[in-house]
Amino acid sequence: MTDKYDAIVVGAGHNGLVCSALLAKAGKTVLVLEANDQVGGAAVTREFAEGYSASACAHLLYQLQPEVRKELKLSPQLATEDMTTIALAENGQHLRITGDKVEGVSDDDAEQFRRFRKRMTRFADLLRTYLNKPPPRLGTKKIRDLFALAQLGFDLRRLGKEEMQEFLRLIGMNIHDEVTERFDSSLLKGAISLDAVLGTHLGPRSPNTIMTYLYRQAGNHGRVAVPQGGMGTVSEELAHAARSAGVTVRTSMPVKRIVVDNGRVTGVETDGGEVFSSYMVISNADPKRTVMDLVGARHIETGFGRRIHHLRSKGNAAKLHLALDGLPTIEGLSKRDFGERIIIAGDEHYVERAFNPAKYGEFSQSPVVEMTFPSFRDESLAPTGKHVMSAVVQYAPYALKEGWNAATKEAFMKAVIGTIADYAPDIEQRITASELLTPADIESEFHITGGHWHHAELTLDQFLFVRPVNGAAQYALPIDGLYLCGAGAHPGGGVSGAAGRNAARSILRREKAA
Amino acid sequence: MKHEPVHQGRLKTPFYSRLASLDTVNEWHEWKGYSSADQLYCSAMEYFAIRNATAVFDITPMTKYRITGPDALDYLNRLVTRDMARIRPGRVAYAVWCDDNGQVIDDGTIFHLREGEYRLCSQERHYAWLMAAAIGFDVTITHETEDVAALAVQGPTSYSVLAKMNLKGLDELKPFGLMHVDFQGSELMVSRTGFTGDLGYELWINPDKAEALWDALFEAGELHGIRAIGTTALDMARIEAGYLAAFEDFLPADETVRTGVSRSPLELGLEWLVDFTKPNFNGRRALAAEKRNGSTWRLVKLDIEGNKEAHHSYIYSNAKASGDNIGFVTSAVWSPVCKQNVALGTVKSAHGKPGDTVWVEVYYQREMHWNRKMAKATVVDKPFWFPPRRGATPPGPY
Repeated sequence: MTDKYDAIVVGAGHNGLVCSALLAKAGKTVLVLEANDQVGGAAVTREFAEGYSASACAHLLYQLQPEVRKELKLSPQLATEDMTTIALAENGQHLRITGDKVEGVSDDDAEQFRRFRKRMTRFADLLRTYLNKPPPRLGTKKIRDLFALAQLGFDLRRLGKEEMQEFLRLIGMNIHDEVTERFDSSLLKGAISLDAVLGTHLGPRSPNTIMTYLYRQAGNHGRVAVPQGGMGTVSEELAHAARSAGVTVRTSMPVKRIVVDNGRVTGVETDGGEVFSSYMVISNADPKRTVMDLVGARHIETGFGRRIHHLRSKGNAAKLHLALDGLPTIEGLSKRDFGERIIIAGDEHYVERAFNPAKYGEFSQSPVVEMTFPSFRDESLAPTGKHVMSAVVQYAPYALKEGWNAATKEAFMKAVIGTIADYAPDIEQRITASELLTPADIESEFHITGGHWHHAELTLDQFLFVRPVNGAAQYALPIDGLYLCGAGAHPGGGVSGAAGRNAARSILRREKAA
Repeated sequence: MKHEPVHQGRLKTPFYSRLASLDTVNEWHEWKGYSSADQLYCSAMEYFAIRNATAVFDITPMTKYRITGPDALDYLNRLVTRDMARIRPGRVAYAVWCDDNGQVIDDGTIFHLREGEYRLCSQERHYAWLMAAAIGFDVTITHETEDVAALAVQGPTSYSVLAKMNLKGLDELKPFGLMHVDFQGSELMVSRTGFTGDLGYELWINPDKAEALWDALFEAGELHGIRAIGTTALDMARIEAGYLAAFEDFLPADETVRTGVSRSPLELGLEWLVDFTKPNFNGRRALAAEKRNGSTWRLVKLDIEGNKEAHHSYIYSNAKASGDNIGFVTSAVWSPVCKQNVALGTVKSAHGKPGDTVWVEVYYQREMHWNRKMAKATVVDKPFWFPPRRGATPPGPY
């Protein structure tokens, strides 16, 4: 006998959990199948060395949408919130950014930063409303789509003529041009550049890095927090909400294929050969894995397959976890500063220089680093008196020319530790264990093709109406009953729950209309 | 793909030396990089060679792809609208392939050469599309246009000509069949296919044996009226047969800019090629929707009164040409063999059912002066030219 559900969600990433919970709340019977042994996908807390745990991929919470919190009654316990960003300077004259305030720069720069933030916040707020609804379809005559497009035009116009022009000027531009135009402080320029490119295969001089900056701000105005117990606790809370709503969540159940019969899904088959039936399959997996691996090319048409195949989805961010026998020493930082977000972004050229080798399939010799010491405020993550460092390090291209192996990982590790040691000379002595996850590792351990944060690059040609590709931007794939609900769908990655929520709403709306 | 230096200028086919020696009028055009003759001495006479004797047309420039690999059948079944599982080794299928919107990219023939080994032939080049279609399939696509020399040998005496060449198995070769025989130590592929709607064959051989094949063929055909022909005569014959030509009767969907100017197979009278029982093929969803909701256009074969060829004419539903036109003629010819003024056209789908009468606005010039005539036309179902010998096996001598 096979179990029958209304919907099967492939993958218990945070979006899959949000989507399943909302569908269950609407009365659907939902089964979630997760390949790994814990829920959360890339939003999990894992022990990487005995006694030491860290958020395996995503480590900062800054995008979880209020709508998602409200609808699922979530209240994640935070170890720390509204973190200050400290941009390290080699001379110890670090920069401190909190909200729209920046310390360590001239009054002029501080004022410019305040204005910059004000404008960006306004634009980000506009963007946010669109991140939280399914994008309208282009080229149809459906009233809903036309109305949504008109609304977009109206919202833009409502910014005022000058601001609208500024929005349209900036949205496709690169962050480098904007920061060099605006600021004197090299550190500040570097820090903003980093925020714009984190998690992408883009440098500050790549087009549309203002858009990616806005995307980051859109969630929560860029305010970052660290959940108590790591990111895994957020996922566990989501899984709890889903289960409470009646969702069956099963882990260690890798889906081998999505079963398609005559152009419509009928269920899924697991690696173990178990078949589960449903009339809807919602994939939290990335678009490439979903379409090319789980469904298979023979069930889709050529033009669509070509677009999915050419989706840019190669990640460039690595994750580094260090077990430390004590906090390192960084000149100019007090002890409590280790509870903040510490970045190495150098000057206005540093981030782009770090990106340069990645264009040619090489890793950065002087990488960009975003560090946190989550154990500083959360004793559950490390033995007493010891610490954990969790860092995003760029750039580590997925398609490394030499390939990722023990030797190349060690070489990259050396580059990263060397870079951190420029500021924290005793870091190496403090390390008792470490874990480096390259995009290749992220691919194999979290089943994300290309190991990209966003499943698909966050660029204008893969954004909004055309995310991930034309023909799949409203969550429905061109196979009846098959949907996407992960980061590869609109709006994109980050622990926001927006894609999962939008997908659920879109699915329910379609059902109602049918 | 072979990576050789790009050819500069017009290519010559392996038969060029033979064609050039017969050529008296020097009228050539470009066909996918090759020189191809419009006519060699007189297109009207060449036409009569097709219909009364044996015509030889150099089809080497026709695009040819070899498709092999474990997934070759699945690949082709997803590519084209018809069910390729029914095409056994040794058989040839006329097929049409569409984009995701169910719009025709091109039509062509697919030769099932040997178990799991196919050749796809078409007028246009489609490497990019075929490669895109190969994503996720274990197939190898090889562009082999230059590696295969080919001749169409068409007409009532073509069987007699080839029989004289002692091609073993020829008498058993059915329409849309193919066979391999030895020709001077090389493999010669013979298929009973063509573009004239009559008895005819196509010969496929390694280019280094091309001239030898030509010579043997013409020697065998000497007493059977064998003639080399150019494109003009062939085009007359293909209209009589009701065959479509890309860029004439439809635009390849991947070449169009505007929406609404491409055509679906249903709109081209090719519904018999669309097999909705196949679970998936390119354009299936769109074509299923079109079938439910109705097509916009319909292809019509027109038997037009008078003898003025209706090139590019507007088609109306009434003799007064009142109201909007309902379509236009895409190919037209005075058919000498049928003694009919025939045309292919495209009309709004509400019009043009077989047996319907429509009106064609024909413009023709007489001593510089233009004349206009509303000609009555009957929509016909069958090809204008379809002799019984085309389907007979063996075809018999002539």
